[in-house]
Amino acid sequence: MIVDIGIVAAKAFLVLFMVLNLAGILGWIERKGSALIQDRIGANRASIFGLAGMGLVNTLIADPLKFLTKEDFVPPQGDKFLHTLAPCMALFTALVTFAVIPFGDVLVLGERVINLQVANLNIGILYIFAIASLGVYGIVIGAWASNNKFSLLGGVRGSAQMISYEVAMGLSVIGILMIFGTLELQEIARGQGTLIRDMLPESAQFLKSTIGWLPAWGIFLQPLAFLLFFTAAVAETKRIPFDLPEGESELVAGYHVEYSGGKFLMFFAGEFAEIVTAAGLMTTLFFGGWQVPYLMRDGFHFPWGETVLLPHLGVVLLQVGAFTVKVVFFCWLQILLRWSVPRFRYDQVMRLGWKMLLPLALLNVVVTAIVIIAVQ
Amino acid sequence: MVTLNHYLVLSAVIFAIGVLGVLARRNLIVVLMSIELMLNAVNLTFIAFSRFLASMQGQVIVLFVMAVAAAEAVIGLAIIISVFRHRRSLDPQDMQLLKW
Amino acid sequence: MDASVIVFYVVSVLLVLTSLMVVFMRNVVHCALALVAALFLIAVLFLTLNAPMVGILQVLVYAGAIMVLFLFVIMFLNPTALEPRHRLWWGLGSLAALILAGGLAALMSNGESLADPVAANEAFGSPEMLAKSLFTDFVLPFEIASVLLLVAIVGAVVLAKREP
Repeated sequence: MIVDIGIVAAKAFLVLFMVLNLAGILGWIERKGSALIQDRIGANRASIFGLAGMGLVNTLIADPLKFLTKEDFVPPQGDKFLHTLAPCMALFTALVTFAVIPFGDVLVLGERVINLQVANLNIGILYIFAIASLGVYGIVIGAWASNNKFSLLGGVRGSAQMISYEVAMGLSVIGILMIFGTLELQEIARGQGTLIRDMLPESAQFLKSTIGWLPAWGIFLQPLAFLLFFTAAVAETKRIPFDLPEGESELVAGYHVEYSGGKFLMFFAGEFAEIVTAAGLMTTLFFGGWQVPYLMRDGFHFPWGETVLLPHLGVVLLQVGAFTVKVVFFCWLQILLRWSVPRFRYDQVMRLGWKMLLPLALLNVVVTAIVIIAVQ
Repeated sequence: MVTLNHYLVLSAVIFAIGVLGVLARRNLIVVLMSIELMLNAVNLTFIAFSRFLASMQGQVIVLFVMAVAAAEAVIGLAIIISVFRHRRSLDPQDMQLLKW
Repeated sequence: MDASVIVFYVVSVLLVLTSLMVVFMRNVVHCALALVAALFLIAVLFLTLNAPMVGILQVLVYAGAIMVLFLFVIMFLNPTALEPRHRLWWGLGSLAALILAGGLAALMSNGESLADPVAANEAFGSPEMLAKSLFTDFVLPFEIASVLLLVAIVGAVVLAKREP
C-alpha cells in the first residue's frame, strides 16, 4: 500500500520535473532559436564570472531571479484575490494535464509491473479535454481582475478563441478513438505498436504489400486528423499564429498587461508547459507515444524477419528516450512556427475554427467510419 | 461506511441552499446560478441512486439533465442580456410590469 | 474509517461551504467562481460514486463551458451597483430553506441502509456501459436532446442580438 503510493509519487515527481525543466529550457530555445532565425545574437549579456553560456545564464538564472524579486503589484481597483488566483489556475491546468500521458510501456522490477503513466484513468483523453476547458478560467479571471479595458478585451478574445478550438480539437481526435476503440491513452499508445498489415483483413492484399510494413501510427492512419489537431492545439495554447489575445503590437500585452513579477512568470511558464503538453498529446495520439518502430517488449522484430533481442531495461530506456525525443521535436516545431508565420486577424481565427476546422473534423469522422466498416 | 442516506441528505441541503438563493437574492444572474445549483443537487441524487441500485439509467438521465441545464442557462442568459438592454438593471424588483 | 469516508466528508463540507458562498457573496464574479468550485466538487463526488464518465463530463460541460458563459455575460453586463438586502426576505427565505432541507432530509433517511451491489463491478459507469445504455435504450431522447440544443442556440442568438 505504502509502496504503491510511493511509486505513484515517484512517477508524478518525475513527470513534473521533466515538464517544468522542459518549459524552462524551451524559454531558452525560444530566445536563442528566434535569434538564429532572425539573424541576430539574442540574449547574452548576463554572465557569471564572464561565463555567459550562450544565453543560458540569462534565460535560466537571471530572468527568473528578476521576475521573482519584482514588486507584487495589483491594480488599484482590481480584485486582489482574483488577480492572484488567475495565474495559479493557468499554471495548474497546464501541469496537471500530464498525469495521463504515458511515457513508457511497463517497467518490470522484480515481481512488480509498473505502468509508466502517472494515472491510468478509464476515461483517459476526456480528462485532458476537461482540464483544457478549465484552462479558460485563468484567462477570463486574469482579464477581469486587472480592471483594464485592454486586458478585458484580450481576455474575452482569448477565451472565445480557446472554447472555439476546444471543439475542433475534440472532434479531430474521434477518428483515432474509433480506430483504437478505447479512450485510454496507454492503450492507444500500445495499439500503435502493431503493423498496419496486421490490422487489415486478408482481402486487402494490395494495401498490405504497399503500406503494410508501416507501424500503425496515428499519422499514417489519420493524416488529416493530425493536421486539424495540430492547428487546434496551437490555437489552444494561444501561440503565434493565434496569439491575438496577447497581441504584442496591438493590445499592449492583452490579458497579462497588468501582471509583473512572479505572477507573470507563472503565466509565462504556464504557456510553455502548455506547449509541452500539446507536444505530448500529439506524440501519444499520432506518433506512437513511446513506440520505437518494430520494438516489442523483448527486442526488435523487423518485418523482413530479423530479430534483435534486448534486455528489459534497454527496451524501457529506448522507449522513454523515444518519447522524449518526439516531445522535444514537437516543441521545437511549435517554436519554429512562431517565428515563421504572421499573426491571424481575429475574425480569421474565428472563421478558421468554426467554418473550416469543424466541418473538416466532422468529415474526417464520417470517412473514418466508412473505411472501418469497409475494412471489416 | 458512506451509505445512500448520506448522499441524499447532502443533496437535500444543496437543494435548499439553491432555493434560498432563488428566493432571497436580487440579482438575476445569481438567481440563475442558484437554479443551476438546484439542478446539480438533483444530479447528485440521481447518481447516488444509480450506484446503489446498480442501474445505468440514473447516469443516462443525468446526461440529459446536463444538456437541458445547458440549454436553459443559454436561453436564460440571452433573456437577461436582452432585458438589461431595456431596463438597465438586473434587479427582479424592477421588472414588475406583468404584476397585477 | 477508511479513505473513502474521509474523502466524502471533506468534499461535502467544502461543497456546502462553496454553495453558501454562491448564495451569500456580494460580488457576482465571486459567486460565479464559487459555483465553479461547487461544480468541480460535485464532479469529485460523482467519481467516488462509480460514475467517472458523467463526472468528467460535468467538469467538461458544466464547469468548463456553461460557467464560462456565465462569466462572459457577467463581464459583458458589468454590474457595479450593489444590490440591497432585505432583512425580511432573507429571514423568510432562510426559514423556508431550513424547513425544506429538514423535511427532505427526514423523508430521505430511513432506518435501514441499502446494500452495495456495485462494489465488485469495475466496469460500472465506464464509457462503454454508458454508451451501451445511451445508444440502445435512450436513443430517442438523445436525438431530441440534440434538437433541443440546436433550438437553444438559435433562440439565444435571436434573443441577444442587437436591434439593427
